[in-house]
Amino acid sequence: MELTTVWFVLIAVLWVGYFALEGFDFGVGMLLPVLARDDTERRVMINTIGPVWDGNEVWVLVAGGATFAAFPEWYASLFSGFYLPLLLILLALIVRGVAFEYRHQRPEAAWQGWWDRAIIVGSFVPALLWGVAFANLARGVPLDADHEFTGSLLTLLNPFGLLGGVVTLLLFLTHGAMFVALKTDGDIRHRARALAVRLGAVGAVAAVVFLVWAQSLTGTAVSAVVFLAAAVALVLGIDAARRGREGWAFAGTFATIALAVAGLFVAMFPDVMPSTTDAAFSLTTTNAAATPYTLKIMTWVAAVFTPMVIGYQAWSYWVFRKRIAVHHIPTAELAHR
Amino acid sequence: MDVVDIARWQFGIVTVYHFLFVPLTIGLTALVALLETQWLRTGLPDYLRLTKFFGRLLLINFAIGVVTGIVQEFQFGMNWSDYSRFVGDVFGAPLAIEGLLAFFLESTFLGLWIFGWDRLPRRLHAACMWIVHLGTLASSWFILAANSWMQHPVGYRYDAESGRAELTDFAAVMFNKVQLVTFPHVIAAAYLTAGVFMVGVAGWLYVRRSTPEQTEDRPMYRRAIRVGAVVALVSGLAVAVTGDLQGKVMTEVQPMKMAAAEGLYETRDSCAPFSVFTLGTPDGREEKFSVTVPCLLSFLGTGSFDGKVEGIDDLRQAYRAEYGEDPGTTYYQAADYVPVIPVTYWSFRFMIGLGMSAAAGAALVLWLTRPGRSPSGRWFRVLLLGLPLGALAANSFGWIFTEMGRQPWVVFGLMTTDHAVSPGVSTAEAMTSLVALTSLYAVLAVVEVRLLVSAIRGGAPAYVEPPDPSRDRTDDDALAFAY
Ligand code: HDD
Ligand code: HEM
Ligand code: HEM
Repeated sequence: MELTTVWFVLIAVLWVGYFALEGFDFGVGMLLPVLARDDTERRVMINTIGPVWDGNEVWVLVAGGATFAAFPEWYASLFSGFYLPLLLILLALIVRGVAFEYRHQRPEAAWQGWWDRAIIVGSFVPALLWGVAFANLARGVPLDADHEFTGSLLTLLNPFGLLGGVVTLLLFLTHGAMFVALKTDGDIRHRARALAVRLGAVGAVAAVVFLVWAQSLTGTAVSAVVFLAAAVALVLGIDAARRGREGWAFAGTFATIALAVAGLFVAMFPDVMPSTTDAAFSLTTTNAAATPYTLKIMTWVAAVFTPMVIGYQAWSYWVFRKRIAVHHIPTAELAHR
Repeated sequence: MDVVDIARWQFGIVTVYHFLFVPLTIGLTALVALLETQWLRTGLPDYLRLTKFFGRLLLINFAIGVVTGIVQEFQFGMNWSDYSRFVGDVFGAPLAIEGLLAFFLESTFLGLWIFGWDRLPRRLHAACMWIVHLGTLASSWFILAANSWMQHPVGYRYDAESGRAELTDFAAVMFNKVQLVTFPHVIAAAYLTAGVFMVGVAGWLYVRRSTPEQTEDRPMYRRAIRVGAVVALVSGLAVAVTGDLQGKVMTEVQPMKMAAAEGLYETRDSCAPFSVFTLGTPDGREEKFSVTVPCLLSFLGTGSFDGKVEGIDDLRQAYRAEYGEDPGTTYYQAADYVPVIPVTYWSFRFMIGLGMSAAAGAALVLWLTRPGRSPSGRWFRVLLLGLPLGALAANSFGWIFTEMGRQPWVVFGLMTTDHAVSPGVSTAEAMTSLVALTSLYAVLAVVEVRLLVSAIRGGAPAYVEPPDPSRDRTDDDALAFAY
């Protein structure tokens, strides 16, 4: 395989990892007002993702950095082109990140209420907008001969893009509910499972429409297989949730998101940012790429360090594997000892 | 204002803001790890209490450091897309490697540290904080290598066909001579900052004695003051030594920056003076009053009191001959190849002045708290407040000097700042981003300062024996720590 292809695959892997991991913590954040009945239950939910959300978020930072290094043209055109949606995502990620760390720092209900809102909105906005951005990326956007984006915000808000946003939103909600069911105990666990089944059914309909549409726009034979696998994984996951097999259910939505994102990258290849103005203006894995020398160095670094990262992240999930229930939550005064 | 100005203001604001949190994170992770290790070695309850207390302050600070870092990572693509296209082959690699090596390490092991009190064996728990500190050093190494390349591009060739800079020697970029002096300078400055922060916080709690508990805790805070002061003093010396080395390298690779640091227009063949303080016309052409130290600039720049220091006028001629006519008249009226002199002049002095005063203040505190003495009083409190603020400000001024002194270049000798901006981004978009980020950051600053103050007021938590990690927790135990 050529190094440019290797890096296309690696960047796809980083985005897949990002959506499959941060997807559930976005979901947990959005479900805060839906699943939790009181403050202790909200804290149960937040603590299921407390030790891991920041590690999950780093996947997107590395995806961005790797795109910069391996495909500078792609990084430049994508981030300057999707300017306003990206800005909104950044603002949301800022308030959300601060909210997790600050919410518990003071006992007042009003203080915590504000941060709860920040978590909810801060999870909702990226869950929606990442979908819009990726749908547009797969479909293609107007790029001129210099690979500059020539559209406006409205160009991105087309029906396919918006449907993409709705799909990520619903999938992340389902994924989040599955995660809460897997990681908590007691009443909230059962509520989460029931909700996951219902959300999953709605998500499945939207996802199938979207994937069929995506397939008809840019698909290849391989992407058809991957999209089909995503749909099957979702159905299996929902079924597992219905049968009370929470581990399998979570694995199901994890696989759904991973496969759907992977499918979009497969459908796009060898373009990395197709131009709807003129196919000759499209950015591809070759015309957007860094030099072979840079790619070679990056490949060595990635080959050595990616397994280590996956290893210690997995270990940290293992350390925090126990379910959390209401009686595990220490009272507020004890929290800071 | 056009897009270039807006993008510059945004970069300056969000980066200086990010860097208010960075030095504290770098330094405090080391100090907290040190305190926890001391607790393991001595078993003294005070060390555990201080670990938890400063650990909490660290987390309050870290949260904002992280979220403002996200903006850093993406704004190169958003606002500086032509820059990204031009340098991506060289500059992208350290950035990507920083994420892979450092950010994963920091975030994962900090999570383990925060929530792991009852799940990890004690030594492993302390090791987690040391690993986080290692992550901050790795992060600094790679991002500073990227920045040093902008100051002094090495290990690349310019490819006329693709019109971009291409990497030819990765090791040269990693061990750029600018990087080799910048990294120790910035890290030493970070330790200095965290050291005086500890002195300030512990000192403020030390002088309080309105309740019996507060009085009882004084020996503990005194211990913290002295640890912090020693760290600050040692790193203060390191900052001065490394800063001096930087001056030499800078005079060699960016002589204009050194001339701009002094506002020196005419070349001095030997014994160039260093003015501590000047009043004069804004461009520094004429001075009305100044306090100067003879020959000091020569020493800073060359290591010898009668070394030659080139002046702005000669350098401008030389740059014109080498790089062509004025690149940036639109941004620097009649000041082709010359940075904004009052900014470079004063930021250089404020960096040295405020930062070294903080180190001197730490020495003073060490003397004042020597065995048998217990300072109090109003001026002592003012001193305690001034130390951390002075060090933080010195860091910001250091960056403002380094970055503004490089202007009009964004990559020295290769690309000017006005060519770096995104061609497709409109003024309205850029303005929206500037206003939105600045307002959000302002709100966060208020929230964070109030939270820090109230956390500091609360003082160190009472000693509680941490759950025994070697005993298997029963499933019904409450978590040792929860959000
Ligand atoms: C606070 C720390 C700081 C750090 C870590 C960096 N800079 Fe810098 N940079 C500044 C502090 C600064 C500044 C002092 O804030 C400047 C100078 C003038 C301005 O508006 O912002 C600036 C300006 C500035 C500009 C806009 C041009 C200008 O207005 O002068 C660019 C494109 C960069 N820098 C690029 C970088 C890159 C790619 C860095 C990463 C390695 C970097 N700087 C690190
Ligand atoms: C303009 C260049 C910079 C970029 C693109 C950048 C990027 C980032 C990003 C994305 C994060 C968040 C990581 C996370 O989520 O854990 C971060 C945090 C951090 N950065 Fe920066 N950064 C810049 C400048 C610097 C410099 C110059 C240093 C050190 C000398 C530095 C040191 C750190 C540290 C220690 C953290 C940990 C979090 C904290 O600050 O509290 N950064 N940075
Ligand atoms: C005797 C004292 C000092 C000297 C001679 C000195 C010298 C320098 C020089 C020459 C630079 C510019 C390097 C370049 O652009 O190539 C610099 C940058 C910087 N200084 Fe200092 N400095 C001193 C004290 C301090 C103190 C006390 C602090 C903070 C507490 C500090 C923080 C910084 C920072 C953050 C930078 C920007 C990063 C860099 O380029 O290293 N400096 N210093």
